[in-house]
Amino acid sequence: MSATAPLVITNGRVVLPDGGIVPGAVRCVGGTIAAAGAGVAPEDGDLVHDAKGQLIAPGLIDYGVFATDKPAFHFGGITRAALMPDQNPPLDVPARVRFAASSGKPDFWVHPLAAATRELEGEKLAEIALMRDAGARGIATGRKWIGDSGTMLRLCQYAAMLDMTVCTHAEDAGLVGSAVATAGEMATRLGLPAAPAQAEALAITRDLAIAEMAGCAIHFRTVTTSAGLALVRQAKARGQRVTAGVTPAYFMLSDLATAQFRTFAHLSPPLRSEADRKAVIAAIADGTIDIVASGHDPRGPEDKRLPFTDSEPGMAGAETLLPLTLTLVRDKVIDLGRAFALLASNPARLLGVNSGKLEVGAQADIAVIDPERPWIVDSMKMAASAGNTPFDKQPVQGRVVALFKGGAQVGLKPA
Amino acid sequence: MATPTFIYPEGSAAFPHRGLVGIAGLAPHEITYLLDEAEQWVEMNRQAKKTRDLLGGLTIINAFFENSTRTLLSFEIAGKRLGADVVNMAVATSSVKKGETLIDTAMTLNAMHADAIVIRHASSGAVQLIADKVDCPVLNAGDGQHEHPTQALLDALTIRHAKRNFNGLVVTICGDILHSRVARSNILCLTSLGAEVRVCAPPALMPEAIGQMNVEVFHDFGKALKGADVVMMLRLQLERMQGQFIPSPREYRHLYGLTLDRLATAQPDALVMHPGPMNRGVEIDSNVADLVGRSQITTQVEMGVALRMACLEVLTRRARAVEGWA
Repeated sequence: MSATAPLVITNGRVVLPDGGIVPGAVRCVGGTIAAAGAGVAPEDGDLVHDAKGQLIAPGLIDYGVFATDKPAFHFGGITRAALMPDQNPPLDVPARVRFAASSGKPDFWVHPLAAATRELEGEKLAEIALMRDAGARGIATGRKWIGDSGTMLRLCQYAAMLDMTVCTHAEDAGLVGSAVATAGEMATRLGLPAAPAQAEALAITRDLAIAEMAGCAIHFRTVTTSAGLALVRQAKARGQRVTAGVTPAYFMLSDLATAQFRTFAHLSPPLRSEADRKAVIAAIADGTIDIVASGHDPRGPEDKRLPFTDSEPGMAGAETLLPLTLTLVRDKVIDLGRAFALLASNPARLLGVNSGKLEVGAQADIAVIDPERPWIVDSMKMAASAGNTPFDKQPVQGRVVALFKGGAQVGLKPA
Repeated sequence: MATPTFIYPEGSAAFPHRGLVGIAGLAPHEITYLLDEAEQWVEMNRQAKKTRDLLGGLTIINAFFENSTRTLLSFEIAGKRLGADVVNMAVATSSVKKGETLIDTAMTLNAMHADAIVIRHASSGAVQLIADKVDCPVLNAGDGQHEHPTQALLDALTIRHAKRNFNGLVVTICGDILHSRVARSNILCLTSLGAEVRVCAPPALMPEAIGQMNVEVFHDFGKALKGADVVMMLRLQLERMQGQFIPSPREYRHLYGLTLDRLATAQPDALVMHPGPMNRGVEIDSNVADLVGRSQITTQVEMGVALRMACLEVLTRRARAVEGWA
């Protein structure tokens, strides 16, 4: 299908930029949105796609993924993803950033996050300005926290000068050590090396102070504890430029999921207590959390079929991001409009890309979604390069039925 | 010899588990069943002829991925006394050192048609992982900081020989609880049998929320010892410590070493136990470790062989087509 012929997605319920949902259509011309909402109709010569009454929503923007296996993202309705620098080799030089930035085009756009430090070791600053000009849309400390406060301050000052956001991993390295679980009854019974949940709040406290000192915008990729979320909430109330993200695992699961040493539930940060899980839900409801992302990290048996302590953390999440977030809508924690703010417009704003909203002039990245359609997560049948999901065999609702990137339809595996 | 106090279900219903991965998941009567089964082997091991060819022709593999002296020997002797062919896999010279994954090693052992595999591994959960992949019974000889079920069972057998009954018995476990699989298995086993368990360690060596395992938590050794019927000392697992957990061994002894003076605050007939290896002069003084009539440390080793014979005999009944266990 040519992207040059105007396309109209008709007969749907359109998710408007203000979060409202109206029956209507979206018209795309030249890869951008020309009109959206009620009263939009095809003109002569337009291509027409009938949404059959389903939701017409912005394509999802997944902030902070570790792999870009396209079929999984397309299955999940994700048209853009911000790629973590934790690649092999890491995204710490401009050439690798430039390659990553073009790796998914045309039907999936990858926005690389530049490694904050060389080799992600937390010591020497990487060539951030060169990487920005090669296509990096932010800076990330990677899977680890920068332990040295002096390095973190210089990083934040540099980021402020370049007007880039620093995305950090909030776990105090000294407390965490080689822990693979959150200290508590579960970790004690399993005999897993564990760190107190307060490791998160400690890291956030320091990083907020440093970011404020440097005048830099800071994003905490996954905030998972009650104490950590309270700190973000207070900083926002003070007017500090701070955003927070989370992945569905932390509002769906607690550390009980690690029973029987299930390595698919080995995540970083580790799964928390039931009280923290509820705190994450409350923080999504009250706006403390800005972004829900997949944290997509497909891992094969060589990384997961190991004793828990020796296994690698991470889950393949791109396919389940949308349906798991929609559980919050069904539970009346948030409404549909807010769900797409968490999944599309907020990450778009953080990345500074003209997408994530169905508004005139924005990139025509559009997902047609049946929010009720039931299906069962099956780790053996996933589109991702590996099926490491803690949600295996779980029934979910919400499926993408058609996907458009820049006004051109993307082929999906038949549902 | 303690007499069985319980009428067990018939056949395999008495112990329906395929292997022995942990004390967690065992019902109290399944624990006492193994203890009762061990009594005959305690008796036999004290005779001049201490072999019985029950497991003749069976192959038992001891796969120890972590160093061990007493547990490996104990399992080897237990298997041989029952007539099994026991082979030990030495990790130092095996393909594990060449980068083979644990699962591949397990599948290799499985393909050799072992009739039981005894595993020790430095990672919590490693034994469960293997047990899920192989066809024969798997016995956990210690996995990381998780469980060491035969140690807990042999400790229970030792206590039962001296005290007869677990109900209301106060057992104080003192030492590096955080890194100890022996502590976890003993807590599960002794509380399941009705004993009152106290754990004592400095905060850095005490796992979080251990109180939720039905134990009373102490940092003051004096208080923890008061009125105890059994004192179980654990060594500092320096090899598992990353960073500094205590200032020095002598300071540790100052606060947590079992001395004759401290022992005097426990019950006058309190038992002294230690799973070994001991660090004499650190967690336990020599004159306590060697205290005749009170120290059970060599009895524990003796019970260990008998208890492991019972475990191997019970868990291979299916393979031997024992009536009621097919």
